[in-house]
Amino acid sequence: MKTTSFLRWESMLAVVVVLEFVLFSSVSPYFFSVDTLSDASFNFTERALVALPLALLIIAGEIDISVAAIIALASVAMGLGAAQGVGTPGLALIGLGTGLLAGSINGALVTIGRVPSIVATIGTMTLFRGAAYAVLGDRVLKQYPESFAAFGQGYLAGPISIELGLFVMFALLFAVFLHHTRWGRAIYAIGANPVASRFAGVAVNRYRFALFALTGLFSGLAAVLLTSRLGSTRPSIAQGWELEIISIVILGGVSVWGGKGSILGVVLAALVFGLVTFGLGLMNIPGIVMSIFIGLLLILVVAVPALLGRR
Amino acid sequence: MQAPHLTLTGIRKSFGGARALECAGLELHRGAVTALIGENGAGKSTLVKILSGVHQPDEGEILLDGKPVRIADPVHARRLGIAVVHQECLVFDNLSVAENLFVNAQPATRGFVRAREMRERASVVLRDLDADFDAGTPAGALSIAQKHVVQIARALVDQTRVLILDEPTASLSRRECTELFRIVRKLRAAGCALLFISHKFDEIFEIADRYAVFRDGSSVGAGVLADVNHDELIRLMVGRPVAQLFPKVATTVGSELLRVDHLSRTGEFADISFSLRRGEIVGIYGLVGAGRTELAQVLFGINRADAGTFTLAADAAAAGIALVPEDRQSQGGILAFSVAANIALPNLATLAPRGLCSHRAEADLARQWIDRLEIKAQGPAQTVQNLSGGNQQKVVIAKWLARKPAVLILDEPTKGIDVGAKAAVHAVTSEYVKAGNGVIMISSDLPEILGMSDRVLVMRRGRLRGEFSRAAATSELLLRAASEA
Amino acid sequence: MSATARRWSESARRDLTLAALALVLFGAVTCAFPGFAAPGNLAGLLDDTAILIMLALGQMLVILVRGIDLSIAANLALCGMLAALFNRALPGAGVVPVLALSLASGAILGAFNGLLVWKLRLPPIVVTLGTMSIYRGAIYLLSKGAWVNENEMTRGFLAFTRASFLGLSTLSWLALGFAAAFIFALRRLRVARDMYAAGGNPEAAAYAGIDAGRMQFIAYTICGAIAGLCGYLWVARFAVAYTDIALGFELQVIAACLIGGVAIAGGKGSAIGVLIGCLFLGIIRSSLPLVGISAFWQMFINGAVILIAVLLSARSRVHPRSILETPRP
Repeated sequence: MKTTSFLRWESMLAVVVVLEFVLFSSVSPYFFSVDTLSDASFNFTERALVALPLALLIIAGEIDISVAAIIALASVAMGLGAAQGVGTPGLALIGLGTGLLAGSINGALVTIGRVPSIVATIGTMTLFRGAAYAVLGDRVLKQYPESFAAFGQGYLAGPISIELGLFVMFALLFAVFLHHTRWGRAIYAIGANPVASRFAGVAVNRYRFALFALTGLFSGLAAVLLTSRLGSTRPSIAQGWELEIISIVILGGVSVWGGKGSILGVVLAALVFGLVTFGLGLMNIPGIVMSIFIGLLLILVVAVPALLGRR
Repeated sequence: MQAPHLTLTGIRKSFGGARALECAGLELHRGAVTALIGENGAGKSTLVKILSGVHQPDEGEILLDGKPVRIADPVHARRLGIAVVHQECLVFDNLSVAENLFVNAQPATRGFVRAREMRERASVVLRDLDADFDAGTPAGALSIAQKHVVQIARALVDQTRVLILDEPTASLSRRECTELFRIVRKLRAAGCALLFISHKFDEIFEIADRYAVFRDGSSVGAGVLADVNHDELIRLMVGRPVAQLFPKVATTVGSELLRVDHLSRTGEFADISFSLRRGEIVGIYGLVGAGRTELAQVLFGINRADAGTFTLAADAAAAGIALVPEDRQSQGGILAFSVAANIALPNLATLAPRGLCSHRAEADLARQWIDRLEIKAQGPAQTVQNLSGGNQQKVVIAKWLARKPAVLILDEPTKGIDVGAKAAVHAVTSEYVKAGNGVIMISSDLPEILGMSDRVLVMRRGRLRGEFSRAAATSELLLRAASEA
Repeated sequence: MSATARRWSESARRDLTLAALALVLFGAVTCAFPGFAAPGNLAGLLDDTAILIMLALGQMLVILVRGIDLSIAANLALCGMLAALFNRALPGAGVVPVLALSLASGAILGAFNGLLVWKLRLPPIVVTLGTMSIYRGAIYLLSKGAWVNENEMTRGFLAFTRASFLGLSTLSWLALGFAAAFIFALRRLRVARDMYAAGGNPEAAAYAGIDAGRMQFIAYTICGAIAGLCGYLWVARFAVAYTDIALGFELQVIAACLIGGVAIAGGKGSAIGVLIGCLFLGIIRSSLPLVGISAFWQMFINGAVILIAVLLSARSRVHPRSILETPRP
């Protein structure tokens, strides 16, 4: 929980953020402008929104690899709704609802079905993405109402996009929830020792189910934002995002074995990640090469502490 | 008298700050069964781990046939002829019996296992032991007793000269015990040096030739078993006359607090009925596998009964039942959490009624209990992992006492903790009961049960076998009720 | 239970049930479409499933020792591209060096995974998620995004997989050969039995002197080598090499293993089961167009099959679940 090593990790991330600013500003003159940075925020807000509940899930000792597939499924559901003429509020509800439902399926598999979460979410990842492909095939859905674009493309005030605003709000809520409420405490306990938590009266399975459902809900939210920003839906939407979102969480100092991690770390990691991808994008590095960096980053983040002998 | 085959002298071993072995010594003779006796936490399992190469002693000497030796790792121990039959079955369920006997030592040509030869050699050993299963059986299909036989067979395959049996009869029936003893006698006759760890005196007197007693990490006595009797052994184990350790606090016993009615859970226990009154400590005695922990878990609410009921008195229903579980490290507390966080965990509903946690309130609560139970910790923020066993147990007890339950169930509350902490736990229990609450104390420690309980219930194989009042209960009566078939 | 009944161990019984299910499925499809059972069609089925069979056998080894390899498809693609580029650069070298290069490069990529898991005790899921994107990205770097097309591949390169003996392609024979080798080796090879021990009970294995981490390293290296070889086979069969080949294929491979009865917790699994699992998936895949279901349903069906398989196996398990498969340090 709150120990000095936790602060050390977050401080290190903060230093990395500053370094990135310096580095990219020196490489590209366009970097350090409010508009550019505002654009940059789109690179991470959607992923970061999913990283928040996923962090809670991993702290509780589980994992969900199906988040990107849930995004795809929700997006397809919304696309179908739009094709039927459903209005913007209805579409948002469809997206959130699909995400919630999908997350609940994950939760049920893990708690009632007693399937290990890694295997369960490999299965649902295939199922959900498969459903998206089955329904859409190689089509693209584009008939979204104009007002729908406001979610992903709109601004709250000045350079602060709705997406960024949502992220900041939820980050604060999650931080308070995880670090200052008894339910957050219970989540740490479950991750540290689920047996002892059960013996202490914590309804472990109920928490697990709720966290999976929450992760699904936020995946649905990310789907709303992403689809609204892109204005279209393909079955391959958000392909590869599960790697990136998990990388953000682990980069943020959340331990894969559960019981450790902080929201501040995840937020900083999202910043690091967003800046890296945006900066590399400015340098015209294609996405697939970027994913090499992300993969390396993920491995380094778990390898370095292991090498230094601390866990 | 022959020179001992294996001698340990002056063994000292610490883990972090905790001293597990202080000045431990042991002599094992060829062709003799030596019983290693001691309370939980006396250092027996640490000694076994040193002998089997898992740990290295900080100080001390090990002599094998007079020559000093350093047992580097489990493989080396095997090569030296030392084998352990563990309480938990370290058997590969997914392999056949034959493969289990020859793990990492299969007869092979250029990397390919000679399966038929392996099976034949395994069959020979199994026949020697009169095992009732054959070498091709998948080990996962065997009972615990049969898995013990597999472990012994593995030891024989390795030409073991020192065989350590760690609480081998814990989960065995009377008949299976007899079988095991037959094998032990056979090995003894063949010249093996056997170390038999147990706290069941009837078995010790039945099978062992010599004894060694450990207390608080040191050897306090050893010799030929025929030269001592039961009471002397207990005196050596406990260190002082039993009565002194457990000052019984007089309480007035009040109205019925908890009634248990024909409670059953398939496969674990059946038809348990008793009642607990205010101000009363009811002890439940029994051997491993008797179903006591399972009963406790149902009363606490972790599992559900299949038949029967239990009810709390109306005014106690809100306060409820709390359980201090048997396994302090994996069930009782969260080692990675601080003292304050552990104590707070079951009490979050009262500490954070509207959801928001207050570190100050938790720290205050923790300090209260640190004082009351004299927990030796640097403060509420210290991680529980760094506390000694006794202090860890105090934290676990504190967290439940803070809930002010009507009934407190203690499952082996003083297992593996030092005498001082033990006394503190007993004092707190007595104080708690004096306030009008009820305690169910599950223990395998005869002096403790006899000293603390107002009444003792004995369970065997899931059923109640006897109920004794404080005045009538004796070690012999309890033991007999617990182990007779 | 009599000794012989006991010998029909749980795993043999599971394989039998699976085989029965596969036969039932096969029978159902053949009833509806008699042409399905024609030898030519069956040969095609095996040819289509061959690479899946080989990859699944490699993945099975990794899961057996309590690991998982999500990078297997990226490994395949990278080695396939390497093979194609090599062939383009040195067309006169022939097929043998290409095979050797594929095996070696795959083994190195697999060994990298294995080293991280063994020496640093990193969780396999994280390691292979990371290497999956590193390897995939490396293809782009190597090829600069360009494709290697059929006209840039030598005749020998392409012909190897398609040469036919007794009605079956070389590819099919390779798959059958691997399956037979695995079936035999897993029962008889000392190191394989030690892998079963390490995966089944790492604590007891340590007492017996088996280094579970080393077993994982060996498994990852072999799995990687197989993936490398399959990289060349894939590229030769489909006559094209580009960054995205076999994208997402690792899920099919894992699905085949799970269906084939390989326990995610380690220590249990049979090569026969995996073989049948692959054929099961293969039958489903090739019967889809017959039934009129578009190929786009393939992924969904795979997912459903995975979930059914793990739900059934979870019900029979008694002890607590393993999370992320890595024991706590």
